[in-house]
Amino acid sequence: MPSFVITEKCDGCKGRDKTACQYICPNDLMVLNKDIMKAYNQEPDQCWECYSCVKICPQSAIEVRAYQDFAPLGASVIPMRGSDSIMWTVKFRNGKIKRFKFPIRTTPEGGIDPYQGIAEINQGSLKDERLFDELGVELTAPKK
Amino acid sequence: MAEMKGSMTSTEVLNNYTIEEISTDVLIVGGGMVGCGAAFEIKKWAPKDMKITLIEKAAIERSGAVAMGLSAINTYLGDNTPEDYVKHVANDLMGIVREDLIYDTGRHVDSTVRLFEKFGLPIFKEDEDDTRTIEEGAKPLRAGRWQIMIHGESYKVLVAEAARKALGEENIKERVFITELLMDEKHENRVAGAIGFSLREAKIYIIKAKAVIMACGGTVNVFRPRSQAEGMGRTWYAIWNAGSTYAMGYQAGAEMTTMENRFVPNRFKDGYGPVGAWFTLFKSRVINAKGEDYMQKWGHMLQDYAPYGLAKVPATCLWNHVMLKDWMEGNGPFYMNTSGAMKTLFETLPEKRKKSLEADAWEDFLDMTVAQAGLWASMDIDPGETNSEVMPTEPYFLGSHSGACGMWVSGPEDLAPKEYQWGYNRMTTVNGLFTGGDGVGASGHKFSSGSYVEGRIAAKSAVRFVLDDPGFTPTVHTDNKVLAEKVYGPMITFEKFKDYSTESNVNPNYIKPRLYLFRLNKLMDEYVAGTSTFYRTSEASLLRGLDLLNRLKDDASKLAAANLHELMRAWENYHRSIVGELHLRHVLFREETRYPGFYYRTDHPKLDEQNWKVFVNSKLNKTTGQPDLFKKPYIEIVPKN
Ligand SMILES: Cc1cc2nc3c(=O)[nH]c(=O)nc-3n(C[C@H](O)[C@H](O)[C@H](O)COP(=O)(O)OP(=O)(O)OC[C@H]3O[C@@H](n4cnc5c(N)ncnc54)[C@H](O)[C@@H]3O)c2cc1C
Ligand code: SF4
Ligand code: SF4
Repeated sequence: MPSFVITEKCDGCKGRDKTACQYICPNDLMVLNKDIMKAYNQEPDQCWECYSCVKICPQSAIEVRAYQDFAPLGASVIPMRGSDSIMWTVKFRNGKIKRFKFPIRTTPEGGIDPYQGIAEINQGSLKDERLFDELGVELTAPKK
Repeated sequence: MAEMKGSMTSTEVLNNYTIEEISTDVLIVGGGMVGCGAAFEIKKWAPKDMKITLIEKAAIERSGAVAMGLSAINTYLGDNTPEDYVKHVANDLMGIVREDLIYDTGRHVDSTVRLFEKFGLPIFKEDEDDTRTIEEGAKPLRAGRWQIMIHGESYKVLVAEAARKALGEENIKERVFITELLMDEKHENRVAGAIGFSLREAKIYIIKAKAVIMACGGTVNVFRPRSQAEGMGRTWYAIWNAGSTYAMGYQAGAEMTTMENRFVPNRFKDGYGPVGAWFTLFKSRVINAKGEDYMQKWGHMLQDYAPYGLAKVPATCLWNHVMLKDWMEGNGPFYMNTSGAMKTLFETLPEKRKKSLEADAWEDFLDMTVAQAGLWASMDIDPGETNSEVMPTEPYFLGSHSGACGMWVSGPEDLAPKEYQWGYNRMTTVNGLFTGGDGVGASGHKFSSGSYVEGRIAAKSAVRFVLDDPGFTPTVHTDNKVLAEKVYGPMITFEKFKDYSTESNVNPNYIKPRLYLFRLNKLMDEYVAGTSTFYRTSEASLLRGLDLLNRLKDDASKLAAANLHELMRAWENYHRSIVGELHLRHVLFREETRYPGFYYRTDHPKLDEQNWKVFVNSKLNKTTGQPDLFKKPYIEIVPKN
């Protein structure tokens, strides 16, 4: 399912130094057409439909349309990603709608303290096989 | 395909480019699960003045195989021992694995999973009302013997945030594609850094480093994908991982292993949604068009592949093998019996679990393969009513999922036999070059958590390696400009010839990356056991394929790129063709059928334990430019029953 940009909604991420969709796409697909200041997917058949661009767009201007070589028209799957959960709206071809909400993280955005609870100065030895949070752990070896 | 706007054109780049040289101690290439694990671990071992640099072709929040998220952590030992884990992996990969590496990952993996929970990853608990963490004593909800369920939409966002904080923003360069490793001029067989280009600016990066952790994931699209129009993007494996790990490692002279192995997952057809939870959590089965269970019908075929077929859970390739047999008998298509499974679950589950059942089933897709949810919606599928088609995919190359190709690395000092050990855990046979996850061969089933563990192990080893040799400074002799012109080669070619024809994509002087890919896909599919031959090949086919592949690789010097995006495609597809070559040569060398269901040597249809229970390794012969292939002994470390 390639992503597509709704002309009316995209504002080219005005006021930002780079566009959000171009920043995030893992496959470098989203680009800005500078003539009209709107984004588009430059290689739709290389789109994994990972939804990274859809989730990040501040205008909700990006959606996904099912790959037409195997999917019938008329359905949609649309996320709303918040800071601690994501809400999905799945619209079926026959008009039925299902909604799901799932948690995405238990820490505040930007709130990770990677070495929390781990001694400031690492007492471990570079010469053994223990990782730094395994200080004092007895590493096992295969039973012969 | 129209010219792409947006990305800097070859004219703009070639007229204005600059070269930035970076000197660092440890270079991490690729910010996936391995790269983020390495970034996290390394800061705790590196002295304050040791410089660490991470280079990534995308943005680490959403890059690599976990970009979309995951719905399960597939490696968590819990009550299982590392010995159990080794037995499981060894059986699944038909006996030939590096048990030292697998054991090593197994003994570290649970502490890493607890770390993810600290970062903020929501993990399902056996008792829904248990609000404790695993560390505090809660039991995670199992989706299978090795898997635990997560709300993993932001899995990659979380590990990336931790990596960013650990390393510091100034040490991470994104949107830089690495094309090649650089070797040291003064010390033979020692890595000295890497070279790449920015996807956003006219800039070449030459990074000199004392150690490199190569972690660019596995390979997709060496083979022709089943879908050939828009759906080509919907490969099972992450479409952006182009085999850079294997290609760059091999070209630097690293010994490769098990490159004949491939992964052909059986997945929901076309959407390639995960089936694992349907088997293990929802207890579903796959049935043929007549409603029969093919495993029951043809189960006796597994005896040909003893002991791997006789285990309680037979090896993954063997499930495909039996299904393909039933298909050949005319009994396809095949369906996941979701309706049957749902009905049974509704009769047996406690009320509370029933309610979440539907959401769990959809979340499995929405967390990691949204396209499958879209396909179900497009087809008006309610899994409780309608069964969905499943089918084996095109082949992929990876070393961390249910596959085993990759580089041959040193094992841990305390448990690897001396044949598998040369001083630094997870170092390849090139001094100073480390890897993890998909990069480490012959030790599959690490998945996301085990890959992160290997990144951590490699990071610690790399620090030790650098400190052990304080006098070393990397020397790269070649002129910077020569190096840069190689990286920009496809753009130089394009500039030179683009005006010869009125349609720049059709020009007799060059080949565009897209067509280079299609040519690779076609020959791999037809001669090297792709989907169109139902995964069958023979010596004669392989030799014909090799001839075509060599001609393709000859044309690599004529790849042309009109802009930076296309330049990335040129390098990616070149990397893919090197992976294709390695695979072909390994399949040719191994004269037996070790992985039936993944591929068949029709001229050697049987498993040959006597002659082939060995690793097949290869190494670039710098004189011939071709790989030399040879056997390496398999050494059992954990006795099997
Ligand atoms: C479809 C799918 C489903 C999966 N499901 C699960 C699951 O449910 N549970 C589980 O535990 N595991 C799962 N896995 C496995 C897990 O994702 C992998 O084991 C893990 O991501 C491997 O880590 P890695 O670092 O080797 O590769 P990756 O995480 O893929 O990272 C590779 C990185 O290298 C970068 N890169 C590539 N080439 C270059 C280059 N030339 N220059 C610079 N950067 C580059 C990429 O952008 C990426 O960031 C799944 C994998 C796939 C593909
Ligand atoms: S992120 Fe949204 S608003 Fe910004 S350029 Fe992309 S599509 Fe337009
Ligand atoms: S859905 Fe994913 S692959 Fe497709 S354009 Fe958006 S970010 Fe890129």
